[in-house]
Amino acid sequence: MIRVIALRLIGAIPNLIGVVVVTFLLTRALPGDPAAFFAGAAATPEAVEQIREKLGLNKTLIEQFGLYLFDLARGDFGQSLSTGQPVLTELVQRLPASLELTFFALLLATIIALPLGIMAATRPGSWIDHLCRLITTAGVSLPTFFTGLLLAYVFYFLLGIAPSPLGRLDPVFSPPRPVTGMYLIDSLLAGEGALFRACLAQLILPAITMGVFVLAPLARMTRASMLGVLSSDFIRTARASGLASSTVLYTYAFRNALLPVVTTLGMVFSFLLGSNVLVEKVFAWPGIGSYAIESLTASDYAPIQGFVLTMGVLYVLLNLSIDLIYGLIDPRVGLEA
Amino acid sequence: MSATLRHIRYVLSENLVTLGAFALFTAFVLLAVLGPIVAPYDPLATDTARAMQPPSAAHWFGTDALGRDILSRIIIATRLDFGIAVAAVALSFVFGIALGLAAGFFGGWWDRIILRLADTIMAFPLFVLAMGIVAALGNSVANIVYATAIINLPFYIRVARAEANVRRNAGFVEAARLAGNGDWRILSHHIFPNILPPAMVQVSLNMGWAILNAAGLSFIGLGVRPPTPEWGIMVAEGATYIISGEWWVAFFPGMVLMLAVFCFNLLGDGLRDIIDPRRRT
Amino acid sequence: MSAEIPLLKVENFGLEFRTRSGVVHALEGLNLAIRKGETVGLVGESGSGKSVLSFAMLGISDAAARVTGGSAWFGGLDLLKAGESDLAEIRGREISMIFQNPRTALNPIRRVGAQIEDVLKRHAAVRSADLRARAVEALRSVNIPDPERRYAAYPFELSGGMCQRVMIALALACGPALLIADEPTTGLDVTTQAGIMDLIAERARASGMATLFITHDLALAAEHCDRIIVMHAGHIVEAAPRRELFAAPRHPYTAQLIRATPAAGSLLEGLSAIPGNLPDLRRRDLPSCRFRERCERASSACDAPLPRIDAEALSGVACWHPLAVVAEAA
Repeated sequence: MIRVIALRLIGAIPNLIGVVVVTFLLTRALPGDPAAFFAGAAATPEAVEQIREKLGLNKTLIEQFGLYLFDLARGDFGQSLSTGQPVLTELVQRLPASLELTFFALLLATIIALPLGIMAATRPGSWIDHLCRLITTAGVSLPTFFTGLLLAYVFYFLLGIAPSPLGRLDPVFSPPRPVTGMYLIDSLLAGEGALFRACLAQLILPAITMGVFVLAPLARMTRASMLGVLSSDFIRTARASGLASSTVLYTYAFRNALLPVVTTLGMVFSFLLGSNVLVEKVFAWPGIGSYAIESLTASDYAPIQGFVLTMGVLYVLLNLSIDLIYGLIDPRVGLEA
Repeated sequence: MSATLRHIRYVLSENLVTLGAFALFTAFVLLAVLGPIVAPYDPLATDTARAMQPPSAAHWFGTDALGRDILSRIIIATRLDFGIAVAAVALSFVFGIALGLAAGFFGGWWDRIILRLADTIMAFPLFVLAMGIVAALGNSVANIVYATAIINLPFYIRVARAEANVRRNAGFVEAARLAGNGDWRILSHHIFPNILPPAMVQVSLNMGWAILNAAGLSFIGLGVRPPTPEWGIMVAEGATYIISGEWWVAFFPGMVLMLAVFCFNLLGDGLRDIIDPRRRT
Repeated sequence: MSAEIPLLKVENFGLEFRTRSGVVHALEGLNLAIRKGETVGLVGESGSGKSVLSFAMLGISDAAARVTGGSAWFGGLDLLKAGESDLAEIRGREISMIFQNPRTALNPIRRVGAQIEDVLKRHAAVRSADLRARAVEALRSVNIPDPERRYAAYPFELSGGMCQRVMIALALACGPALLIADEPTTGLDVTTQAGIMDLIAERARASGMATLFITHDLALAAEHCDRIIVMHAGHIVEAAPRRELFAAPRHPYTAQLIRATPAAGSLLEGLSAIPGNLPDLRRRDLPSCRFRERCERASSACDAPLPRIDAEALSGVACWHPLAVVAEAA
């Protein structure tokens, strides 16, 4: 078991290296003078030269890479031109907001997609099956930014149910005491019910927007996987043994069907992290996505590099976790390792 | 051949939805080609007196903040959005298949390096990588195409590599070599034709995804600049107004965008049913 | 055999499959009976409908299957008309089934001990504290070495033969009256095969359990069954006690089957094949005797509807030109 975990960890290292290399190359691929880009449009020629020295842009590519790695290890992700803050500080501060949004969206999507997929598989040809097919085809066609706008329009403007889509928390409230950085959890830990509801109210629409998009692949995979499992030999044995249909469905069929669904989570997270950026813009959510967009608008390159690197590392770690979870669920995995 | 035609007719008749998607696809292509002729107004012509008008008989989709006719802008944007998607997918297809074939056919170091390339691309959330590439290369439509092409490479690399591997391991290659065929001939005659079916399905699905990608990038300000009409940027322009009730500026471009992507996804599913029903989900 | 009410009595059973390419008339006019403690072999080529029959008994047929008529009486209940809850009570407790490919027939990500416990929990009134002990006992009763340790094993950690033993343990856990064994030894090596067959026979003897043994291997059936029923293309063509069947087969198909079975010392050249193929069961013009087109003895008399073998008869043949019974010197 330990061996399997260790092997998986080692297997993630080349991907981490790849992420670091790519983010390094991206900034060196800037057309024109990279130093000028990092120094900003308003910089004097002396400032540009300073940046060039500091980033070692006059050295060979290998040496530059070495410097880059050294800086990263020290936690130096550069400085944001527009805010003057170190990039790492701002990223760390904003990351919990993005993570809360992502995980909540995944939770919402899973709560709907899994039962939907199971029901569609056990009642082929029924209205649930057709609904499932409709959702899975339409869901992946929805542009997340558009869905967000529509939801805000309907629920905030037309129906007045949702609060104004202007960030994480109504300014009337102050954020809960930071323990995890995630407002929902922190407000629960502090026992503040009204605050919890306020945070939830702000979180619901952006989370639904993101969740709707990933609902489709999850439901599709659950349905397909269940269909496959339900026609397998061991289900026939279970039924021939007279096991109750709930036992057959959940203990036997669903647990086995879950395996390919877990594998799909990798792709799901790719969508989630990508659409995070778009949703944060629509709902003015103060996460790392909106940080990146603000920096793009200001042609501020160090934060963008930090953002891409963070997202890359986050994604590699998420995929690693998925692999490990899969290894825990499926006892056969130890064999291949 | 007639068996294939019968099968296609069977699938299409079973699946009126696919037929509908195909009709929609044709409509879009016509719009892209005939855009300037069909559009009722000049998409760039501003008329501040008629700004922010809701849909009416004169302006079916209303006007935007600068008084431009939204319907005309949407029609003209079709050419740009489709153009970006086609160019990006074509690049992905050509380079991805070539790399994948090399990896699967020659094996060894070719395989390792190309696979490493594909894995590195896939190590990022794809949209984020596209953002990074466009930010690095510069804010232009060409770079949107390149970025979208790069992030779609791994799909084609994998498809081509898998097929080439299967043939290689099955002894096809040795047999063909023994019969005197050179590498190039083997690749083009024996391996490439077998890659086409799954690759074509991938192309259709990727087109939808490429359009979404390009629209997403321009929504956050990358690539297309105002006043160029493009579906994503039009939704961005309408974003500020929709919250205060002026829904049509963002609604119509968004709906058309959704329709286009939906159309490609349905086509892709239909193609997959025709070509390989076993993989149907 | 005593003239008592049979354990299972199937009469005039027919079944068809609705498929995209037409209706498959899989089974027609089947009559058979199994008595308490009997071992009956059901033999026939692949595609003759043997497994389809057994699945229908337990109500676990494919979704496309439709019963076209007949009855299957088991202990006062017509299995073909019974509701799902009634059938679920019988499955695993009164009638059990074991399948071929034992490894895929067990849940791959659940420990074998847990799988046996699932059946015990369902059918036997066992206290939770005793479940584990009963499961280990079940494993021991099928001669699995070191059952305490094997209790926690996953199917992929066991050999094919051991998986089959686990399946047998699963099937016999609640002491059923009838065991249906669908090709249980196909795919196992000969030594393991013998071990499995002996195990089944021994357990059947010990508890007075009846066995319906489905196989395409006539030699295997000859070794282990009291009575043999021969199927062809969805019909039952002959039934007879073992010795009688092999000494004097009456249906031309049975005779050809016996001839085609290699015996020790057969030469390759001496092996005969049965001419022709099974008829396409989707045809609307299927003859009343489905062996007709492969039979050298066919005549215009064969157009008449086939004589059916009586369910409770010990032997019978469904043929208008049965082979003559030659009296042999004992």
